Order: sequence, then C-alpha cells, then structure tokens
Amino acid sequence: MLIKTPDLIKPSEITDRQLYLNRRKFIRAGANLGIAGALLNTLTISGALAATKLSTVKNRDYSTDEELTPYDAITSYNNFYEFGTHKSDPSENAGKFQPQPWSVVVDGECMKPGTYSYEDIINPHQLEERIYRLRCVEAWSMVIPWVGIALADVLKRFEPTSEAKYVAFTTVMRPEEMPGLRRRVLDWPYREGLRIDEAMHPLTLLTVGLYGEVLPNQNGAPIRLVVPWKYGFKSIKSIVRIEFTRKQPKTSWNMSAPQEYGFYSNVNPEVDHPRWSQRKERRIGDFLKRETLMFNGYGEQVASLYRGMDLRKHY
Amino acid sequence: MTSRWSKPLLFLLCTIPFCVLVYNGFTNNLTANPIKEITHFTGEWALNFLLVTLSITPLRTLTRKNALIRFRRMLGLFAFFYACLHFSTYLVLDQFFDWDEIVRDVAKRPYITVGFTAFVLLIPLAVTSTNKMVQRLGNNWRRLHSLIYPIAVLVIFHYLWLVKADILPPVIYGLILCLLLALRSPRLKPGKRPVLRPT
Repeated sequence: MLIKTPDLIKPSEITDRQLYLNRRKFIRAGANLGIAGALLNTLTISGALAATKLSTVKNRDYSTDEELTPYDAITSYNNFYEFGTHKSDPSENAGKFQPQPWSVVVDGECMKPGTYSYEDIINPHQLEERIYRLRCVEAWSMVIPWVGIALADVLKRFEPTSEAKYVAFTTVMRPEEMPGLRRRVLDWPYREGLRIDEAMHPLTLLTVGLYGEVLPNQNGAPIRLVVPWKYGFKSIKSIVRIEFTRKQPKTSWNMSAPQEYGFYSNVNPEVDHPRWSQRKERRIGDFLKRETLMFNGYGEQVASLYRGMDLRKHY
Repeated sequence: MTSRWSKPLLFLLCTIPFCVLVYNGFTNNLTANPIKEITHFTGEWALNFLLVTLSITPLRTLTRKNALIRFRRMLGLFAFFYACLHFSTYLVLDQFFDWDEIVRDVAKRPYITVGFTAFVLLIPLAVTSTNKMVQRLGNNWRRLHSLIYPIAVLVIFHYLWLVKADILPPVIYGLILCLLLALRSPRLKPGKRPVLRPT
C-alpha cells in the first residue's frame, strides 16, 4: 500500500498479495520462461513496485554511512521466535502472516487511549529513511536502512500524562499464522518496554519498512520498534499494544533469564553476557570481528539518558 | 554386515555431512552468518557421531550382533573428525587466533570450558585407537576409553549452556545419552560380555 496518498491507487491496480509476497520468485520465473518484457514491465512497475515502495525522505543526520547489509541477509537471518527459533524459520514460516489490516491498542497513562488502525498511526507522518547499526545480543550486527517515524512524534499524539514513566509494547499472538507460538520457548506474548525518555528519544524509530519497501513479515510487519543503541531483542516486532505505565514493565527476555538480559540491555562491550563476551561482534558479511562500541556507537546521542547510573547493575 | 564392503560403505556414509557442508559452502547456502552455521553444523555432527558410537554396545547387546563392534572405532574417529572441524572453526574462523579472547573464553565461559575439556579429552582416545595401542595398553586401554562417558556428559552441558531459550534440542540429546547409558546396565546383558577385540 502507498502510505502518503492512498487515493491515487485504485484497488484494482494493487498487486495480489500472494503475487507480491512471491514477487522475486515470480519475476525470476517470468524471466526464466522468457515471457515478453512488455507484460512483465507492466506488472512489476504498475503493480508490485507501486504497491511495496514507500515514499520516504532520507534522514542523514541520524544515518550511518557504513556499507549496508544486503537485503537478502536482513530478510533471511532473523530472530523472531514466534515463527521458530532457527534463523531461517521466520523467512520460511512467515508467509501465512497477515499484516493488514492492522490495529494497535493504546492504553494506560494517556489522554487518548483507544484502538488505532495502522493508517491512523502512520499516515499523518512523513516517513523517514534512517540507516542504523543493529547489534544482536548474540554478537552479530548489521547495517539496515529502516523506514519509519520517530516514536516520540507518534506517542505525543496519545498525550501521555505525567504519570507515564514507561512505555510497554506487546507483539501480536496468532498461533495459526505463527507456528513458533505452539511451543512455550518464551512466555508469550512477546513483551518489551522502554523508559519514557528512551521512548521519546529522537533515535527511537517506529518502523514500517526497510530498503524503501514495506517491512517483510519476518522483519516484524507491519509496525515494529527500532532502538539502535540497545541489543536487537529490545526492538520489538509486530506491535499490537502500546501501554503507558507508571511502573517498569515486564520484558520477555528478562522474564526468561533475568541474570542474562536486563531491562535496559544497552549495547555495552564492558558488560559481558554471563555466558559469552560482548566485546566484539561480527558484522554480517565480514570475516574478522570488530570491536563493539558503547551504546552501539550512539553514545553521543544517548549516554546522557543514563548519567549517574551504574550500567553494570542496570545492564 | 560382515561383507568386506560394509566398512568402506560406512566410511562414505560418514563423510556425507562433511560433503553437505562443503557443498553448501560453495553454493552460498550457509545463511547470512556462515561461521556460526559451520560451528553449529560441525558441533551437532560431532555429537551425533558420539552418540552413534555409544549406541554400538547397547545395540550389540540387544540385537546379539557382535559384528557391530567392527564399526565402533570408525564411528568414534568420525566423532573426533567432526569435533576437530568444530574446534578449528572456533579457533580459525570464529576467533581467528585471538588468543587473549580464546583464553578468556575457556576460563570464563562455562559452556566453552566444558566443550574445550571434552575436545581435549577426545585426543588421547583418538591417538590410542590403533591396534598397536590397544595391544600395548592392554587393560588400561579400556579404562582410558571409558573417558568417553564423561566426555559425552560434558558435550551435553556444552550444548545446554549455550542455547538462549530453546533448550529442547540439548534436552533431547541428553535423554538419548541417558538411554544409551541406562542400556549398559548389567541386568540387560545376557550372559558373558563378548571379548573386546578391535578389528
């Protein structure tokens, strides 16, 4: 779907969902069969591309100029346990997932609670492209061109009260579309949370796309969080609930192993995971590991949030 | 089973995982993080072969096919082969001879400590697997090679302690190991234990 100007595209012009999901296969198959170029061009340009591309502006201030991780790596190497615990499971099992229509319940300490549709949340904003580093707690990293909106701009519209000290997020739970939910590897639904100042930080991105296109299901469609200075699991996927809370919310990995995953989970090379080192990371595509940077290299922007805190204690 | 082709055939079968790995390497089929994939793959196959090796004795008892013993050494050496691949993947591909980091890992990370210990303990077993060594060591050979039981236990803990949340696979491996050890109970053994002789 096109987010800025939905009226310009008639429903009849929008590519069939299955065709869109299999667009690469479809295009490849078409090319292999030698189907006349004219037909293929018409289909891809008027249909698939128009349907998936997002209109964005580049936010250079918040973007790294490091080499991008290839699209295929970003969309085939995922931790999204609702679709299975192997890295390839999400891309293999997320095909049945229906990210549209979508709505998000907003509640807790705010003046405008309610159920908001995807369009309610996203359409009033200009989408930005931001190229962020992503550091997984498993000591690998990527560079990803996300598409989204500063979370703060969205949250402000719900008018959080002065009682709102934290923001809690919940991932969708649809066992029939998400085979990983059949096993209680984690205490479903997946939950994450931020302190309100972290949530309101301009780097925190409510994300709807990557590489200029709508988010693939395995990457957390249709709405996910991206918090680039924290380990990847804080960037919760497929959000269905946003709650403003007074108390620090429960978070899934912390519930699963509190000694290993703290609420903050800021990228910190000085504080090892109890079972492995966090000093280095392997950038996907590289052979040699590189040093992990404090706050994943975003210290200049975010270190002040944690001034005076013992980051060994608040890992 | 006693055919002269059975051993070469088994040898070829045992190389299949390695061939699959090499093939996937050349066809770019080792995920976006190939080093981690190779580490997991070789580790899993070292464990598979370890358990297959440990299943020979109970299988002999249960099926009364003593000839199975002919294959045990080869299977054990393949367990060592995949363990070597696993360890060298860690040493070369993963850490690239970063000794500081490796020493820290072995000392501080329990899953690496036990995995490394298991690997080191496998070395004397591989070295003393020749006919000559069996003869020379006599009764001590058997004692030395019963190290395989603590090694197997260490390997299960190595696996269990490295997973993040999904402990099902190491638990299944652990249960299989328990079963294989339980099947060694003297009560299950009919009559005299067959004389151990390498082939």
